[in-house]
Amino acid sequence: MASPAPLVAPREGIAAALKKVVGNDLIAHDFLVGEDSITVRREAIAGVMVLLRDNLDYQQLMEIAGVDYPDRAERFEVVYHLLSVTKNHRLRVRVSTDEATPVPSIVPVWPVAGWLEREVFDMYGVLFAGNPDLRRILTDYGFQGHPQRKDFPLTGYIELRYSEEDKRVVYEPVKLAQDFRNFDFLSPWEGADYVLPGDEKAGGTGEGPGKGAPSPMTAQQVKVADDKAEKKAPPPTPKTTEKAGQTGAGAKVNAKAAKTSRDGASAKRATKVAKTPATTKAEKAPAKPRAPRKPKAGGDA
Amino acid sequence: MTDSPQVKHHGSDMFEGYPVDTADTAGDQVVTNYTINFGPQHPAAHGVLRMVMELDGEIIERVDPHVGLLHRGTEKLIEYKTYLQALPYFDRLDYCSPLGMEHSYVLAIEKLLDLEVPDRAQYLRTLFAELTRICNHMLNIGSHVMDVGAMTPNLWIFELREDCLNFFERASGARMHSAYFRPGGVHQDVPEKLLYDIGQWCETRLPKLFGDAMSLVIDNRIFKQRNVDIATVSKEDALAWGFSGPMIRGSGIAWDLRKSQPYDAYAKMDFDIPVGTRGDCYDRFMVRVQEVYQSQRIILQCINNMPSGPIASLDRKVVPPKRAEMKSSMESLIHHFKLYTEGFHVPAGEVYVATESPKGEFGVYLVSDGTNKPYRCKIRPTAFSHLQAMDMMSKGHMLADTTAIIGAIDVVFGECDR
Repeated sequence: MASPAPLVAPREGIAAALKKVVGNDLIAHDFLVGEDSITVRREAIAGVMVLLRDNLDYQQLMEIAGVDYPDRAERFEVVYHLLSVTKNHRLRVRVSTDEATPVPSIVPVWPVAGWLEREVFDMYGVLFAGNPDLRRILTDYGFQGHPQRKDFPLTGYIELRYSEEDKRVVYEPVKLAQDFRNFDFLSPWEGADYVLPGDEKAGGTGEGPGKGAPSPMTAQQVKVADDKAEKKAPPPTPKTTEKAGQTGAGAKVNAKAAKTSRDGASAKRATKVAKTPATTKAEKAPAKPRAPRKPKAGGDA
Repeated sequence: MTDSPQVKHHGSDMFEGYPVDTADTAGDQVVTNYTINFGPQHPAAHGVLRMVMELDGEIIERVDPHVGLLHRGTEKLIEYKTYLQALPYFDRLDYCSPLGMEHSYVLAIEKLLDLEVPDRAQYLRTLFAELTRICNHMLNIGSHVMDVGAMTPNLWIFELREDCLNFFERASGARMHSAYFRPGGVHQDVPEKLLYDIGQWCETRLPKLFGDAMSLVIDNRIFKQRNVDIATVSKEDALAWGFSGPMIRGSGIAWDLRKSQPYDAYAKMDFDIPVGTRGDCYDRFMVRVQEVYQSQRIILQCINNMPSGPIASLDRKVVPPKRAEMKSSMESLIHHFKLYTEGFHVPAGEVYVATESPKGEFGVYLVSDGTNKPYRCKIRPTAFSHLQAMDMMSKGHMLADTTAIIGAIDVVFGECDR
């Protein structure tokens, strides 16, 4: 592995074991960028977690993360990160849901899920059926909305300040002295999804997802390519040109190069050196000192 | 703040209008539970923590920690910044161990990019991550000791923390918010003299001063009375409540990501994992004390084996050129401009990268959609799970034990609330 990220060895036979243990509730299993993740049916998540904990030794629930994909039919993904202390392995479990459908809570499986689910609820509005204490956790008392949703503005809707007249903290709608500046640095000449002014008649760039300068590969493809290159590449032998004939430009050029070296000016020098083999004085001695340059007539002096 | 205990007098209405001594005998009193607010501004809460505590006399019945008073929306902000611009936010999460936070983030980016990092950069990051660990433990050990009543050790080891901060300043220019680790390596090379000074400090000043301060505490009778057998957590509980770091090691599970899932140069380091035996506050404290010595070992190994070479990846599409180069080369100028405005694009994919921060497993779940900004960056704080177990740990203990328990959790709200 090229990057110095934490080294987690792939767990042998995990794909088959997951298929066997999780059974029909398993929607997909993938192994990307060196990490195992599975997608399971939402309704079955609590049972699956018990199986993963008891049969596959994932003792710890480290994290529950929400992700919002507004384009999808079920826009939210709830991502559980499990850790096996005995097998030294991590597993990611995903379920998807929308604003209205609750996800079964896994507090009975891991008590630590309580706050983690509360946070996902607070940030995304995902409901967890069976969580005994589904209150907001990070946002202010009386806060409205779910700030991590992609359609929630970065600035929020209300701001608070201390009012000198009222002698208390007051809540007011956000007033910005200057618009929020969001620079689009994605270069427009590499697949932008908008038509540049003046280009309307040129046929447009209707096709393509157009996120501007896209990275050509996904992280997984990059990793696979790197691994392959590492395996296939021959041991690095430095390219040398020991003989004059080895120009690397083909036989024709090689012959020509070899020829000039034999009867050209360097051949004479070679014989000269051969005559005085003991010392290299002749070589070291500087060439005949050059006559000082004559100023050009009509120079710019 | 405090509800007065409700004393219910039986049968007093029978003597309406008569001057009657209504004082009951002890057996007749029904005292309902107190509910008190611990915080949000409390010196022993290590930040803005509000705990609604239900007490029966001085015995804790239930604790409901209210967190989020320091919520700044870091994760939301990161989605609006390029990968490099988002880095300084990590310094501001756990402001007691800023480089530990940066470490997870840069490793996550490097994993998505599949980017190779030169040896010297890996060693430097390991060195400074361990220095951060010492720096963090100096604060935590000191404040934990102070929470249970001792003043002197805190003042002594704060000097060591000050030394660490000076080292950070000499390496990066900033005492606390260094922004020193960068995707692909570190920001700039360190002078030889700094490495020499850190080595000297590790060999002389640190063991002497720290040893002196700890000799006042470790076998101190009062300190033991306040910590031994307080908030005992079994191995099973530690796993179920998502403990990590010194908290899980205090409970006797030898789990350390530096050993089990080594990153950067940790695979080449020789160090031990201290574990506790009983899982109480004293064990957690002692695990931290021992970790300081282990960190010292790692730092000395890093300094002695520090390789030479570049301090950041030579991939010009990720690591911007230095200013001197930028001034003289046109191509560098273009790269410099592009990388500091548009930033680099990270291949689409998702990773969860967790490192052993001084407080435990600090994870970053990074989802990239192939653009120059993270699509989602979920931060897994250590204190969140630990603080959630506060109710479980402090049930049945005295009110005064709360400070010891919080001190042994090592909670910092910049990280907990994000």
